[in-house]
Amino acid sequence: MFELKEMKPTRFGFGEGLCGLGRQYENVLALGADITSSVSMDFFKKEFPDRFFSFGIAEQNIVGVAAGLALSGKVPFMSTYGVFAALRTTDQIRVSVCYNNVNVKIGGAHVGISVGPDGATHQALEDIAVMRVLPNMTVLSPCDATQTRLATIAAYEQVDGPVYIRFGREAVPNFTPPDMDFRVGKAQVFREGGDCTIVATGHLTWEALKAAEQLQQEGISVRVVNLHTIKPIDEALLIACARETGAIVTAEEHQIFGGMGSAVAEVLAKNYPVPIEFIGMDDSFGESGQPTELMEKYKMTSTHIAMACRKVIKRKSDFKLKI
Amino acid sequence: MESEELENKARKIRIDVIRSLAEAGSGHLGGSLGLADIFTALYFFLLKHDPKNPVWPDRDRLILSIGHVAPVYYASLAHAGYFPVEELLTLRKLGSRLQGHPGRDHGLPGIELSAGSLGQGLSVAVGMALAGKIDQKNYLVCSVHGDGELQEGSIWEAAMSASHHKLDNLIAIVDRNKVQIDGPTSDVMEIEPLADKWKSFGWQVFQCNGNSTPDFISTFQEARKTFGKPSVIIAKTQMGKGILEIEGDYRWHGKAPSKEEAKKFIALLDRQGFSQEN
Repeated sequence: MFELKEMKPTRFGFGEGLCGLGRQYENVLALGADITSSVSMDFFKKEFPDRFFSFGIAEQNIVGVAAGLALSGKVPFMSTYGVFAALRTTDQIRVSVCYNNVNVKIGGAHVGISVGPDGATHQALEDIAVMRVLPNMTVLSPCDATQTRLATIAAYEQVDGPVYIRFGREAVPNFTPPDMDFRVGKAQVFREGGDCTIVATGHLTWEALKAAEQLQQEGISVRVVNLHTIKPIDEALLIACARETGAIVTAEEHQIFGGMGSAVAEVLAKNYPVPIEFIGMDDSFGESGQPTELMEKYKMTSTHIAMACRKVIKRKSDFKLKI
Repeated sequence: MESEELENKARKIRIDVIRSLAEAGSGHLGGSLGLADIFTALYFFLLKHDPKNPVWPDRDRLILSIGHVAPVYYASLAHAGYFPVEELLTLRKLGSRLQGHPGRDHGLPGIELSAGSLGQGLSVAVGMALAGKIDQKNYLVCSVHGDGELQEGSIWEAAMSASHHKLDNLIAIVDRNKVQIDGPTSDVMEIEPLADKWKSFGWQVFQCNGNSTPDFISTFQEARKTFGKPSVIIAKTQMGKGILEIEGDYRWHGKAPSKEEAKKFIALLDRQGFSQEN
């Protein structure tokens, strides 16, 4: 079902989705924070110059302006690097956007260590944790460029309230079919399997599929879930996976503390506890380097995910023996 | 409303500010009393609004950036007819629509924005004013700020963007009472030269006595005529205005009167009313 079509940055999906929305809905606006071409907002700017507004390098202000526009019936999209979009502006997002529960869409661009050479200051690894803790916020983390386009459209069409959409800079595998359904809050099973489940988000979903393929050679059957919506989380599917496969590996390009894996653990600890292994940043900052080098150094490749699967399956059987 | 009637209305609003705060047992008295004349002028003379239809699309918008002076905001809205005056006595209580800092989610009519984290209201006002321009509406957006609040950097981000986008449908009001929680603003963090700051950010600057309704009204009407750029009114006020013994005293910034103090203050205001009416 999934095959690698091309390598494409997920931010391009954001730009395409935003243009599509612009063509269909008059009240969609875009607010620029200087780096409009980096975040793929320049296509919108070119096509709809009257609905694009430049606000410079002043992220706290843009968030408040977006809230004011939303309170006046507009649906503003703002985007800048995730470190600024989610973290510099957290209080503005908390009060002006989330407490007012307004229709503001925030694009967190260039997330994760795969930004590469820019180094730690520009590698957003805490944005999921901070965005998902805010009441009223929806957090989307699509797996490829095609899905990022769908997620951007869904942020407008399916959610009447604040949305944070996470996407990256680097070209990553584009592999989902363009006509695939995207429902906010509904996780997707990308591969069936019975020995454990990998719950992945962002481009690590592709790595998870690769890991499952490797493990199949060894006779291990792994289910892969694409958790594109981190909040509201798909509890029912996660509980079913825990019950049916008895072990979970989470994979995200984000801090382990507070991230998607933590969200999964919160659901399972309460409803159906099973052994869990976490792939992600282990409480450290990133550094400069090529994206592939960094993914290798910080242990977020398909090989690392496969290792975590073997480990969690062993823990599962040890656990059963003890009982 | 005539000038005398406005003064009398401001006096009644002050009384209800004191009543509601005494009943709540906590809250911010000083700033609320200092702003009573400005709020009276706005809600009973200057702003185009309809208490029967709080979400009328063409209404002028008042954005209260300093959520801590909610008592004067609530008392003005109640007197204007948005909700019963007696509801003011539920201020800060569990289940009340009158949250300690304004919260839209509690359903109080007339509240434009949930606010209370300083430095955010001007950005929201910029967004609303920009929406007015996009939709070619004639409404005015008016934001109310504290002078201490201007120490927040985000205010100046917003100020820069308002003039960049030529938002002449925006008037910011600065409550220049020269004090904040820790003491005089000049000691805590100097914000002067204030008029020059706004001017250099591309704003039309007006100054007036914010405790004189006629002076504030004529200044506001002048500001409304500004073309091509936003306006700011630096309104000199006195914290605690109306109660002589607390006027200008920064210790009343974040304090509510006791029941006894409230009784005394209200009696003073009642006597002022008696002399006003006779």
